[in-house]
Amino acid sequence: MAYPDVVVVGGGVVGAACAEALTRHGVRVRVCDRGAPAAATTGSGEGNLLVSDKEPGPELNLARASCRRWPRLLAELVDEIGPSLADAEWEPKGGLVVATDETAAAPLLALAERQRVAGVEAVVTTDVRGLEPHLAPSVAAAVHYPEDAQLQPVLATSALLAAVRRRGSEVCAGVEVLGVHRGSRVTSVRTKNGDLPCGAVVNACGPWSGRFAEIAGSSLPVEPRRGLVLVTAPLPPQTVRHKVYDADYVGTVASGSADLVTSAVVESTRSGTVLVGSSRQRVGFHESIEVRVLRALARKALALFPVLRGVPAMRAYGGFRPYTPDHLPVIGADPAVPGLWHATGHEGAGIGLAPATGQLVAELMTGAEPHVDPAPFRVDRPALQGRALECA
Amino acid sequence: MTVLVVGAGPAGIHAASSAAGVGADVVLVDSASRPGGQYHRQPSDAPRTGALAVVDHPRVKWMPETWVWAVERTDQGFRLHAQVGPADAPGRPCIALDGEALVLAMGAYDRVLPFPGWDLPGVYTAGAAQAMAKGQRVAVGRNVVVSGTGPFLLPVAESLLGVGARVRGVLEAGSPVRWALQPWLLRGSLGKIGELAHYAKVLSTGKVPYRTRSAVVAAHGADRVESVTVARLNHDWTVASGSEQQVEVDAVAVGYGFTPQLELAIALGCRIQRALDDSDVVVVGRDQATSVPGVFAAGEITAVAGADAAAAEGVLAGLSAAQSIGSSIVDKQVSLIRRKVLRKRDFARALAAVHPVRSGWQSWLVDTTLVCRCEEVSLSAVRSAVVERGAAGMRALKLLCRVGLGPCQGRICGRNVAELTGLPDIPKRPIASPIRLGDLASEPDGSGG
Amino acid sequence: MRVIVDGQAVTAERGQTVAAVLMGHGRTSWRITRHGGRPRGLFCGIGVCFDCLVIVNGIPDVRACQRVVVDGDDIRTQYGAELPEAGT
Repeated sequence: MAYPDVVVVGGGVVGAACAEALTRHGVRVRVCDRGAPAAATTGSGEGNLLVSDKEPGPELNLARASCRRWPRLLAELVDEIGPSLADAEWEPKGGLVVATDETAAAPLLALAERQRVAGVEAVVTTDVRGLEPHLAPSVAAAVHYPEDAQLQPVLATSALLAAVRRRGSEVCAGVEVLGVHRGSRVTSVRTKNGDLPCGAVVNACGPWSGRFAEIAGSSLPVEPRRGLVLVTAPLPPQTVRHKVYDADYVGTVASGSADLVTSAVVESTRSGTVLVGSSRQRVGFHESIEVRVLRALARKALALFPVLRGVPAMRAYGGFRPYTPDHLPVIGADPAVPGLWHATGHEGAGIGLAPATGQLVAELMTGAEPHVDPAPFRVDRPALQGRALECA
Repeated sequence: MTVLVVGAGPAGIHAASSAAGVGADVVLVDSASRPGGQYHRQPSDAPRTGALAVVDHPRVKWMPETWVWAVERTDQGFRLHAQVGPADAPGRPCIALDGEALVLAMGAYDRVLPFPGWDLPGVYTAGAAQAMAKGQRVAVGRNVVVSGTGPFLLPVAESLLGVGARVRGVLEAGSPVRWALQPWLLRGSLGKIGELAHYAKVLSTGKVPYRTRSAVVAAHGADRVESVTVARLNHDWTVASGSEQQVEVDAVAVGYGFTPQLELAIALGCRIQRALDDSDVVVVGRDQATSVPGVFAAGEITAVAGADAAAAEGVLAGLSAAQSIGSSIVDKQVSLIRRKVLRKRDFARALAAVHPVRSGWQSWLVDTTLVCRCEEVSLSAVRSAVVERGAAGMRALKLLCRVGLGPCQGRICGRNVAELTGLPDIPKRPIASPIRLGDLASEPDGSGG
Repeated sequence: MRVIVDGQAVTAERGQTVAAVLMGHGRTSWRITRHGGRPRGLFCGIGVCFDCLVIVNGIPDVRACQRVVVDGDDIRTQYGAELPEAGT
């Protein structure tokens, strides 16, 4: 074989996208998930593909590449695995960012201006009720982002993994990678089923990737950042048409606070439910669901959509996002352990950033020309150095 | 110091009563307007007698129509988040109830196995048929067949007869003739034999045929049940070929055992285990203590064993909860009750041994049979999610085909899906009862976490 | 007492649930599913299955088996997913 076999550790959307891109380049992979693929962070995601919440810079570039890539990728998969398996409920629905008061309006409009300069379609709109008939009338400013989109993360991941299998590679559920053997470089991984020889290992363990980096003989300051989502009873189609969120969301994402921060993010799904997010808390892998968080989410959602007042919340669930101190993902080879690669740290943007991440890993690994500049995502960047591994 | 008791069925009322009896202050909450749960269900104008009178005890604060939607641990103990008022009405007051000890006694609901046509109006759970008859004096049909497994089918038939329905048959899928062949199974529950004799008389007076190894395996009709297919079952519950018969009925009451209501126990982190009847139950020690200090459990959520067992466990749980917050109790009193509880648990074990649900039920389904009623997910859609999309866990399965993601949150289909796919499921439902967003937003600050 | 069922006044008794009133007047279904357009009514009878959802006084997603009627209640068939009436 011209390329080494690669073990991708983690069957979430990022691991699946890496495996998809690698197999597309002819690399033979094995995806090992200690549980079920798409059952952890990916299964808790809302399926956001957002350019709207990103400042111009490397993450925005990655997001735009990904937003372009997702629909093409899914279309290509239709030919390969058939239309039903390739259906991931892709919806180019666009985002609508709303400033509910004057103090939030100016920063929103300024961000939109910076994004426009960077090439993002960011349309300041005065006809918000034309875009969202049920939106609260008291809106100070709103920006429409047609490039924002949504898909169903578990369907999308299963489509990627179906393609991986179709190309003769393997996806193993219930196989935890317990150790990494190496001489001058990685030679195999250890599982409960024995050693699995490979030339490279991709750490796609999401919030648990700090822990895996340690197992593999390196270190990575990725921590879990908890989020909760409220799910309503099914509503009529078109009750909420876009990804609608409060302008303060951008600040919430960018915050490094360990304490609870919440911001309204409201979107419908094809099944009719409306998802109400988002909260961010750094509480380790603590799984409890706090009523005060649910209450805060409900309040903020109602400020945007008063029509939801009488709608039942039927479910709430929590998940962990992989958080890095500088809010940038980690993508590329680990110089400390030759053969170890990372594809992690996307925090709440993993669904959106997955295809470009996978593609970048495959390009770097096979020596192809990278389609985005990989330098900002390097694991040895200064912002990640000297950080203690707090929560692994 | 307060003992919170959730559920006012046989377990809850006895827990409240015993805790109050040894001096504890008790808050007893239930979603119904009257105490008694499903077992003591009565019309709203019936007098409160016997154990139900606990709600008039001076140290018991009885909170009817109180819907607990979440539970949290606090520094001092536990906090129930609840809404008070008519079911599902918006604008009901949100309250927080604090206590230092907690008794969970939420009971269980009927398990129904799917079959073609089970989503037609006119197919009811056995519990629904009984609740409508006992609580509302309404017969769910004029011409009813009762199908399922377990002794609970008998009182269901009796209550249907009591409101004037014609019961075309009680179909017991299992072979409970083993009660007679293995009387040791009834050791300690001799009273049950008397009960069985009572029901035998009721059925014969009502001219109700009782058939074992038989079941309704399909229901037919355009917009409601018009007839059913009744079949003889093989030992594994596959249909004995050639045994199918059409029977004209306007209602079917179905019950294949029970599923405990574990929402609050799971939210608190209580240890859960698989019981002999394949239901998930709360693990309790000999004093009804769960794995979470301060939380006690009683009744069907610890193992389905009927009202007497639930009552005995309730007494013990109430005493233990009261003791945990400082009430002194008499050891002799406790040891007597402990023995009673152990006897009842033997009965639960016997019940599970005599009335197992056998896997042949899966062969009753056809590709288009809905497995999940809420989201209208068919058997073939579930299979395709597993086979073609590679669902390897329940959470992924749900999100791949939407099974169990509707308003009931998998309460009805969860166990059936787990059996059909072999994927284990311990469902987390932190919102134990739906709450409207406006009400959630209006919850007073400081009442959470 | 009297309640309105899909526009028609019907009699009801104190303590009755919406499901009991509807079934007492011969109805077996009062909800239409949102995918298949199929009729649904009472199923579990104890508030667990959410099959018997109905609109009461403009508010959808009310469990008919749990809701006790009060005089003048306006009860309507629920067609798939519906939004609460404005102002309720």
